[in-house]
Amino acid sequence: MKVLPSVLLSVVLAMVASIAQAQLTIEISQGMDNPTAIAIAPFAWQGNGAPPEDVAAVVDSDLARSGQFVPIARTDMLSRPTAQADVFYRDWRAIEAEYLLIGRVSKANNELRIEYDLFDVLRQTIVDSGAETGPASTARMMSHRVADAVYEKLTGVPGAFATRLLYISVTRVPGGKDYSRLTMSDSDGANPVVLLETSEPLLGPTWSPDAKSIAYVSFETGRPAIYRQELSTGRREQLTNFKGLNSAPAWSPDGKTMAMVLSKDGSPDIYLMDLATKQLKRITRHYAIDTEPTWMPDGNSLLFTSDRGGRPQIYRYDLRNGSTERLTFEGTYNARARVAQDGRNVVMVHQQDGRFHIALLDLVTNRTHVLTTTQLDESPSIAPNGSMVLYATKAGDRGILAGVSVDGGVKFRLPAREGDVREPAWSPYLSR
Amino acid sequence: MKHLPVAGKAITLLLTAVLLVACGTTQEEKDAAAAAAAAAAAAQAAQEAQESAAAANAIATVDQARLEEAAAALGNVFYFEYDSTNLTPEALAALDAHIAALQTSTEEVRLQGHTDERGTREYNLALGERRAISVRDYMVANGIESFRIETISYGEESPVAYGSGDGNWAQNRRVVLE
Repeated sequence: MKVLPSVLLSVVLAMVASIAQAQLTIEISQGMDNPTAIAIAPFAWQGNGAPPEDVAAVVDSDLARSGQFVPIARTDMLSRPTAQADVFYRDWRAIEAEYLLIGRVSKANNELRIEYDLFDVLRQTIVDSGAETGPASTARMMSHRVADAVYEKLTGVPGAFATRLLYISVTRVPGGKDYSRLTMSDSDGANPVVLLETSEPLLGPTWSPDAKSIAYVSFETGRPAIYRQELSTGRREQLTNFKGLNSAPAWSPDGKTMAMVLSKDGSPDIYLMDLATKQLKRITRHYAIDTEPTWMPDGNSLLFTSDRGGRPQIYRYDLRNGSTERLTFEGTYNARARVAQDGRNVVMVHQQDGRFHIALLDLVTNRTHVLTTTQLDESPSIAPNGSMVLYATKAGDRGILAGVSVDGGVKFRLPAREGDVREPAWSPYLSR
Repeated sequence: MKHLPVAGKAITLLLTAVLLVACGTTQEEKDAAAAAAAAAAAAQAAQEAQESAAAANAIATVDQARLEEAAAALGNVFYFEYDSTNLTPEALAALDAHIAALQTSTEEVRLQGHTDERGTREYNLALGERRAISVRDYMVANGIESFRIETISYGEESPVAYGSGDGNWAQNRRVVLE
């Protein structure tokens, strides 16, 4: 652990230096056929100076990114009410808004309060009212929570905008060593914070189920090792340092166990580490490659990739009876599964006609649906509400992040201003 | 004749002994002179043995350098076909030269396995390790002790050629011997 002080130092420096350049921006490339038209009027600001955040703009871009809504431009609005008494439905019917969101932002001491009202324009009735409070420094996350509430009211599915992402970005240094960064941002790419920077490869970032810690693989000592890092303190712990592979960490749903891949006993196999005692238990014993473990939401079984049948396919290992069954049969390459919270939808990398796409495997119907048309797609990560999949792909020679809805109907890209971006990991819901 | 000064010194010692004998000295003195002469002869023999060993070493060093040059000429990067861990004929030829050089040394080596960007990162880490192990196994089968060989996989994380396409991919599917 000799490297810790210098790593921490570079982390601090990186946070100061790189906030702007690591930023991702969103480009929506395909929305739903009949998105809901919603007008989000600018929120009133009741405080001194400039408001800490344009709440309406954040809600607007969140709902637009879902592909299920088409927000109406501010310049098309005939009035800009901020209180229920000022709402005239004819102004909104005239511009074909189906719903209207208005709101007010106030600040007392350092506490911010966001109040909002949601109206059904056609039925001419208020359908929801609510408030978010918190420190002014969290104004953007509070705005995402407003978007979550609106999304849930209108779709029946909880929103996942007030969540975070982890991703890896690599900056090429011509004639020198590339450097890798592990970054955490809001779900829309805003507020990027560099958690770790090294000149050696970083990969496999993943969240603890309480979203308070992360784990990843770093080659910073010259060899791969799995690290666990607490987000609030930055405290790091090296969990493994075995000969051979130390990779693919995956937290169990109860947070007590880490699944991982080690090749210390010969070939890559899946192991479970009890995080309290650091005791290891070997799960697979096969001369083939067994890798990419991920947990089913009930914690009773693990999915993993194995080429024991000749080509990589997805298998399920049942922890209760030790049985293994193959899950994928369509296509010659299915790998790196991630499971939605419903335990039914599995997203994975799927090869078709020599190209790598993201596909969805329905564990009930056993059907595989290809979701993407981009190439060299990898590292799918599913939103905690199961609606969206973020993945890594290529645009020209550069790695970028892209998103697709689980029904394939909505697509967007999150290009970065510089570097290769890869391995997105969508956080679980954040506790308040 | 670099050893002349040493031999000269031994001759001087012998002459001294002869002179001492010729001067009709005591038995004690004669014994001392004989001992000195024997010591001188032993010293000379040891010196000569050392010199011949050094000469042999010099020949071995020349041989080792020649072997290492031959290995270096064939390169320290061994390329692989897509999703394959089989050593190609070119890789085997280069590897044989490295093995020949390593058989007469105690040097330790590190084998770095790499893949192209196709497929998942974790699977590629495993594939890179398989490639490094396939090189290691061949070296061990040909007499290199396994404890002298370390393997590490970088998967697709450390490409030499950026960008997609067969040309770039072929350069990245490799094991590097260091």
